[in-house]
Amino acid sequence: MTAPEAVLEVRGLRVQFDVPAGRLPAVDGVDLTLRKGEILALVGESGSGKSALSMSLVGLNRGPHTHISGSVSFRGRELVGASERALRQVRGKDVAVVFQDALAALNPLHRAGAQVAETIRAHADVPRATAASRAVELLGEVGIAGPARAARAFPHQLSGGMRQRVMIAMGLANDPAVLIADEPTTALDVTIQAQVLTLLKRVQREHGTSVLLITHDLGVVAEVADRVAVMYAGRIVEQGTRDEVLFDPQHPYTMGLLGSVPPLDGPVPERLPAIPGSPPSGVERPSGCGFQPRCAFAHDGCGERPALRRRYGGTAHLDACVLPEQARVRARATGAAV
Amino acid sequence: MSEVLLSARGLRVDYPGRAGGRVRALRDVDLDIAQGETLGLVGESGCGKSTLGRALLRVVEPSAGRIDFLGADLTRLRGRRLKRTRAELQMVFQDPFGSLNPRRKVAEIVAEPMLRARGASRAEAERAVAGLLDLVGLGAEAGGRKPHEFSGGQRQRIGIARALASSPRFVVADEAVSALDVSIQAQVLNLLSELVRDRGLTMLFISHDLGVVRHIADRVAVMYLGEIIEIASRDAFFTGPAHPYSGALLAGVPVLRPGPPRERQLLEGELPDPANPPAGCLFRTRCPFATDICGTRHPELREIAPGRSVRCHLPLDTASEDPH
Repeated sequence: MTAPEAVLEVRGLRVQFDVPAGRLPAVDGVDLTLRKGEILALVGESGSGKSALSMSLVGLNRGPHTHISGSVSFRGRELVGASERALRQVRGKDVAVVFQDALAALNPLHRAGAQVAETIRAHADVPRATAASRAVELLGEVGIAGPARAARAFPHQLSGGMRQRVMIAMGLANDPAVLIADEPTTALDVTIQAQVLTLLKRVQREHGTSVLLITHDLGVVAEVADRVAVMYAGRIVEQGTRDEVLFDPQHPYTMGLLGSVPPLDGPVPERLPAIPGSPPSGVERPSGCGFQPRCAFAHDGCGERPALRRRYGGTAHLDACVLPEQARVRARATGAAV
Repeated sequence: MSEVLLSARGLRVDYPGRAGGRVRALRDVDLDIAQGETLGLVGESGCGKSTLGRALLRVVEPSAGRIDFLGADLTRLRGRRLKRTRAELQMVFQDPFGSLNPRRKVAEIVAEPMLRARGASRAEAERAVAGLLDLVGLGAEAGGRKPHEFSGGQRQRIGIARALASSPRFVVADEAVSALDVSIQAQVLNLLSELVRDRGLTMLFISHDLGVVRHIADRVAVMYLGEIIEIASRDAFFTGPAHPYSGALLAGVPVLRPGPPRERQLLEGELPDPANPPAGCLFRTRCPFATDICGTRHPELREIAPGRSVRCHLPLDTASEDPH
C-alpha cells in the first residue's frame, strides 16, 4: 500500500519568539507530513509548541518578534517566506484555520451569515446574494438547526457549540484541501464536543479534507485521528498511526502522558502515575533530549539530541528516544512514571 | 451512609435575569454529604454545579432553603458565628492565575485564612505555613516568592495550601484541576486524594471531567438545569447510569480504547434557556426516551436502590446498561 499524496510538508521548521530573556525556541526543528484525506492529531501540553507550529504553517504568527525558518510546502508551493499577498491566497481557500475560541475569532459586530459569506467572497467572484445563500447552506451542513435564523444572529447570540460550528462553516466555505483545527472542542461541553467531533469526521469523509487537529485531549485523539504526532518542548518525540502511538507507545513521554489520564473503566488506581516536574518554559532548554529532566529512564546517552527515527523496519512508527528496546518494555510495564 | 456533615434542603438560588425576570440557577436542591467522603458533582456549563458549591459556602447567598452544618443552619448565621464557621469551609478555585493576589508573597497568601478566620498569632501562622507548603510539595522556601514565579500546577498547590490553612472540615474544589495539563493534573489529583485521606477532609469535587471524578470521588451527583438528577456511588454510576442524561454524558466522553472508534448515540440539541425551562421533566426536550408523562409531570428525585436516587419517570435499566 502506498501512502496517499502529501498535501502539506513541513521540514526543519523552527519558530522562535523574542522574549525579554532571549529567544524562546517554541518550535525546534519539526518535520511533519499531512497526507490527503487524513486526520493527523498534533498532541502536546501547554508550551509544547503545537499552536506555534500550526499558526506558523500559514504565517498567522508573523511579526517583528517571531523568527520562522525551515520549509512548509503546500502541494509544492513554499509558504515560509512567501509574501503576505501569496499567503492570503492560500489562507481560507486552500488551508483554513479553526480556532479554539470562536467568540474571539468571530467579529462581534457582524452577523454569522455575513461572516461566512465574506469568507466565500474573499476567494471567489460570486454575487453577494449567492454567497449569502451559500452561507446559509453551509450553516445547515455543519448541523445548525434553523440555519437561516442562525445566519442572522450575532456571535454573542449563539451558544458556544453553535459558534464553533459557524467557525467550521467558515473554514469549509471554500472547500479547502487542509483544515487546521486548533483545540476546536476544548471550550465545549462533552455532549456538544461529541457533536463537533462527529462533524469533523464527516467533513473529512465527505470532502476528502486533510485535517491537522491540534489538541491536548488524548480521548479526542483516539476518537477521530488516523495518525498522531506527539510534541514536547518544541519537537516531535513520537509519530505513528493512532493505534501505534496510543496503544503501543515507544517514547517515555507518550507513555507518561497516557498513564496520567484517569481511565473511565477498569480498576481505579490508588495513585495516578504522574510525570514528575513540569515542561521547560523558558529560553533555556536542556541540551540533548528535551524530556530528559523528567524522564525516569534517562541515562548518559540522553545528553545528545535524539533524532526522530524508525524503530523496527517497515512501519512508519517514529520516536525520538535512545532507550534500547528492553528498557522500553520495562518502562511500559511500570507505566513510565514514578 | 456514615454521619452526615453537611446537609442542604430546598436550596434555591435565583439570579436576576433579563427584563426584571429571574433565572433559577438552583432549583430546590436536597443534598447530604457524609463526613469524610468526596462527592463528585458533574454536569455541563450552566447546570448550576458551581452555584451549588458556592451556595453551600455562602459565597453566593441562597434565595431559599437551609444548610445544616455543625448543628446550625448556615443560611441564618451572621457576624462572629458566621466567621467562625467559615473557617471550617474552604474553596479551591479553578484558575490558579486569577485566584492568588499577585502582589502578596506566597507565605502571606497562605497565612491569611489562619490569621483571619482562626485568629492565629503571626508566629503560629508562620510555622504552620512552612508546614503546609511542605505538605503540598512546594517546600517552605516557596513562601518568600510571589505567585507569578510559579507554574500553573505549582500555583494550584498554593491554592490548596491556602484552602487547608484554616484547618477546614469541608472543602469545595471547583474545577480544581481543569486548567492543568494532564501530566500536572495527575500530580495535583494525587495530592488532593492524599490530603483528603490523611486529614479526614470532606470534599465536594466539582468537575466536568468524568474520568477525573471517577478517580477521586466516592459518590457522584449529576446536575442538569439547576437540579440534581442522579446521585449514586461511584461504581454504580460508572457501571450503569440510571438517568438518560447521565448515560449521554458518559457516552459523550471520548475514551482511549483500541480498535475502531465506537458509534455513539449523540445527544441532540443544546441546553434549554434556564430562564425559560420546559414544563414537566427539564431534560425531556433532549431525551431520546421521553413519553407523554415527561411533558406533564415534573419527576421527583426518588430512591431506586439503596444509596441511589434518580429524577426520572423511566430510569435506565442499570443492571444491563453499558454506556459504552
